[in-house]
Amino acid sequence: MLQDKDRVFLNLWGQQDWRLAGARKRGIWDNTKDLVALGREKIVEIVKDSELRGRGGAGFPAGLKWSFMPKEVDPARPHFLVINADESEPGSCKDREILRNDPHMLLEGCLVAGFAMGAHTAYIYIRGEYWEPLQHLEAAIVEAREAGLLGPDACGSGWAFDIHVTRGAGAYICGEETALMESLEGKKGQPRLKPPFPAGVGVWGCPTTVTNVETIAVAPTILRRGADWWKGFGRPKNTGTKIFSLSGHVNKPCNVEEEMSIPLRELIDRHGGGVRGGWDNLQAIIPGGSSVPCLPKDICSEVLMDFDALREVKSGLGTAAVIVIDKSADIVEAICRFSHFYMHESCGQCTPCREGTGWMYRVMTRMVQGRASVDEIDTLLDVTYQVEGHTICALGDAAAWPIQGLIRHFRPELERRIAAYRKQAPAQAAE
Amino acid sequence: MPKLTINGREIEVPGGITVLQACELAGAEIPRFCYHERLSVAGNCRMCLVEMERAPKPIASCAMPVADGMVISTDSEKVRKARNGVMEFLLINHPLDCPICDQGGECDLQDQSMAYGYDHSRYQENKRAVKEKYMGPLIKTIMTRCIQCTRCVRFATEIAGVEELGLLNRGEHAEITTLEKAIDSELSGNLVDICPVGALTSAPYAFAARPWELRKTPSVDVLDAVGSNIRVDARGRQVMRVLPRLHEDVNEEWINDKTRHACDGLARQRLDKPYLRGADGKLRPASWEEAFEAIAAKLEGLDPTRSAAIAGDLCDAESMLALKDFMGGLGSPNLDCRQDGAKVGGGPRSGYLFNTTIAGIEQADAVLIVGSDPRHEAALVNARLRKRFLATGLPVGVIGAPVELTFETRHLGSGPETLKELAAGKGAFAEILEKAERPMLILGSGAVARADGAAVHALCLAIAERYGLAGDKAPEGWNGFNLLQRAASRVGGLELGFLPGEGGLDTEAILEAASQGAIEFVWLLGADELDMARLGSAFVVYQGHHGDAGAHRADVILPGAAYTEKNATYVNTEGRVQLGRLAVFPPGEAREDWTILRALSERVGQRLPYDNLGELRRRLIETAPVFAALDRVEPAPWQGPAAGAGDAVSDAPFGLPVENFYMTDPISRASSTMAKCTEAFVLPKRAATGTDG
Repeated sequence: MLQDKDRVFLNLWGQQDWRLAGARKRGIWDNTKDLVALGREKIVEIVKDSELRGRGGAGFPAGLKWSFMPKEVDPARPHFLVINADESEPGSCKDREILRNDPHMLLEGCLVAGFAMGAHTAYIYIRGEYWEPLQHLEAAIVEAREAGLLGPDACGSGWAFDIHVTRGAGAYICGEETALMESLEGKKGQPRLKPPFPAGVGVWGCPTTVTNVETIAVAPTILRRGADWWKGFGRPKNTGTKIFSLSGHVNKPCNVEEEMSIPLRELIDRHGGGVRGGWDNLQAIIPGGSSVPCLPKDICSEVLMDFDALREVKSGLGTAAVIVIDKSADIVEAICRFSHFYMHESCGQCTPCREGTGWMYRVMTRMVQGRASVDEIDTLLDVTYQVEGHTICALGDAAAWPIQGLIRHFRPELERRIAAYRKQAPAQAAE
Repeated sequence: MPKLTINGREIEVPGGITVLQACELAGAEIPRFCYHERLSVAGNCRMCLVEMERAPKPIASCAMPVADGMVISTDSEKVRKARNGVMEFLLINHPLDCPICDQGGECDLQDQSMAYGYDHSRYQENKRAVKEKYMGPLIKTIMTRCIQCTRCVRFATEIAGVEELGLLNRGEHAEITTLEKAIDSELSGNLVDICPVGALTSAPYAFAARPWELRKTPSVDVLDAVGSNIRVDARGRQVMRVLPRLHEDVNEEWINDKTRHACDGLARQRLDKPYLRGADGKLRPASWEEAFEAIAAKLEGLDPTRSAAIAGDLCDAESMLALKDFMGGLGSPNLDCRQDGAKVGGGPRSGYLFNTTIAGIEQADAVLIVGSDPRHEAALVNARLRKRFLATGLPVGVIGAPVELTFETRHLGSGPETLKELAAGKGAFAEILEKAERPMLILGSGAVARADGAAVHALCLAIAERYGLAGDKAPEGWNGFNLLQRAASRVGGLELGFLPGEGGLDTEAILEAASQGAIEFVWLLGADELDMARLGSAFVVYQGHHGDAGAHRADVILPGAAYTEKNATYVNTEGRVQLGRLAVFPPGEAREDWTILRALSERVGQRLPYDNLGELRRRLIETAPVFAALDRVEPAPWQGPAAGAGDAVSDAPFGLPVENFYMTDPISRASSTMAKCTEAFVLPKRAATGTDG
């Protein structure tokens, strides 16, 4: 269990002052100048060495990503750092707490990471619905500017740096990094083709790195306390601490910072107050937000909460938003609801996602009732594979995975419903 | 040059191309819907997925640039599965109404579903329906068939330069939308061509024919001087539609809406038998014999200098040569092929050609447009200018009436005054021209069709010399002086010297003389854009294909063939010699034009020395050797100002010769589609500007 001395997020629960004075008490903005003085290469090297993986869901090594930015800055094409605060993944609410309760952590991280990328400007693209976090974030930026922490000579480091905030307008797809850039440019939020990758051609055609709030917020602490300290938590390649969002049928839903690779059951029992009605009442857990496949109880009892362990059981850590589903819930309807979400949020640009999400949702609605044939389970599974990996962005994959998880682990339940429906309404079923 | 392995075969390809293009080079066919080589890459249909070694997912080959050492597989199980899947998705919400769809038989979706689709659908839910959109009189929409490839959006935005189409909503509800008004572009017909399914189809052609019923004839367009390459699709004796044919140096693969949709005019107002004006002043049908008899009787004993001939805008070179020879046989020097009264011709070739060539626009780095509206005089020249503008931000200066050209222009002035300043090295644009390496000047045909036309022409030539557009100061092989013609017959007529002979009269003089009775016999070869009242009491023979102004005035009508009805030669504004071909036979008793003149020449005892088209073409080449080189632009040696140099120019601003793009000639005036376009696009603007009476 993570000890208090190792906590990165000291005000996750908002019990202290989120303003600059409070932040300074927690050590934020403490000699940030020295961190900048490490120099671009050293910062990237430390982050690489720490094996920090991106907290936005894909788990891409952060240091590597930062190193993709061109070494020399072409004056005609300035570098940009874009913070993805469009946290819209159902189940996920970690960035909200950072923005609301400790916005200065993010701002400090922006300066350090921005410097490490050669960027003088950062854009924070914040989810439109996050009203209070927006207020706090904007107030924090004003405070930081007034205190000289941001501006032409940020923290006295000699590096000019400023941060701008843009609000999203409610589209889930704008959390996808290239769609986010389109939206930031004032266009319709539709993912761009890759290549070219953002580090080459990003926002306004300039080199850009888009990264998650949590990844950036932990960076200054890693630089202060060293990569080895960070690597002391979790397993190799899955290092550090992580904010887990526990929701659903737990006794105490919460956001909690814990060590990576903590066993899922321990996480729920210790911080969530256990599954409602006891562990044996557990039906399934979605370990990383709505996009990842659900896991049945027997896997949940054993699995560790990190990128690689969850991948091995064909799920994923995602944003570490743990959604607990007990036996009182209708698991098929729950997944069907996700399908509706992805259908609703598909941008409609590319074929498999535009057409496939609707198809999957419609079949799922029938599966909920059992109004289908057993063959259709395989057809549905096949359709998910036809979507997965064939789209421009990962939304298609995200729409396919929950259904794949359902069929993988709860096929008997689907078959039971089909049989029950036939029995109850043979005439309709025969149609 | 990157080396790739495609389906196990190593191939070296030029750098900078995409994997899709590389696969094509390697002979592997890649299905696609959204990809179009002249539009930006969207990568949204996902049909072109291929497998790349070391890539976890199949890649969209249309969007992936080639790199050295790529290993691509286009026919693996994984690729096949991906294509099957995408095709199935495309079809689940497609209405599958091919039997009643005009695209049927030439539909990308239909063809590719045969190759890549499953034989049945597994989709059991309800299909989506999408509301139709209004796109004007030329485009019929059945939006339920749309597969959201966004080709139309990209065409409108990029090529046509009208931002009037877009993709609205998201997910399943994504649909192509308009601004609830007709697409106001002279290139809108191309939207129908680029639509890979039956969502956008040709409205005038709706339910008219099936592609397999049509006889397809490659030909060239004559409704402007661009010489767009077209395919004439005919059924029986009727031209059903006109489609573009690929010619990279002329029209690429686009044509303008008049070229495409004026073809219904070929079936209306046709002259299908000879007519004679009787003693009662009314035209009555006659036989060829009677018609020839009447002409011969008039010519009998007439002083040949009291006769004249004017050729119109749609004439082919053969008929003009035959008429020239015929008039020469009579001894008349009064010939002109410039019915608009242009003062250019007879001089060096470089003075009346689009010397830069249309493809050459893509090398220009500054353009000065004088008294022209290329968007409506030569839409595809304008499309090239836009292409160059998008690529390089080409600076374009305009002298003349302000025009909206789909790209940014600077209005420098409206009349010859500005031209004179520029010739003297003054003005804001002078510096741009001075610095430009390959500057261009586009002189509109309207600007030389005024009394001081020769002087305006000479001024422009002087500007060309001064700023190194052509001549010694220009880069090797560059000639930036261009006269943008708008009559398909004009360059051909000038090449073979259909011009006033020794002491002969030009159009203006012929009309003047006729109105005073000094000219008693006028032959109008398809010439309709004249003030017929000025022909006075002259005996007028109208040879042409449509009952338009000329036929109305004529004493004898000789029915000829329209451009789709004869094998004939045309020369476009660049000086490119191209062949038009017979797609259908002329209606009724109408004949190919040169044969009419040949027959009449025999009757009046001045037999023309050719009995077939081959002999006539030989004579054509003897008269002007440029006719020997088909589809080539023979560079014209540069000559600076001579005729008209230093003459006085008036202060009158340059006007625009094309007031209604949709009705410029007898064919488009007879077309009901063009009438609908006039109503939709031209009349509202007239009302808005208050010029409607």
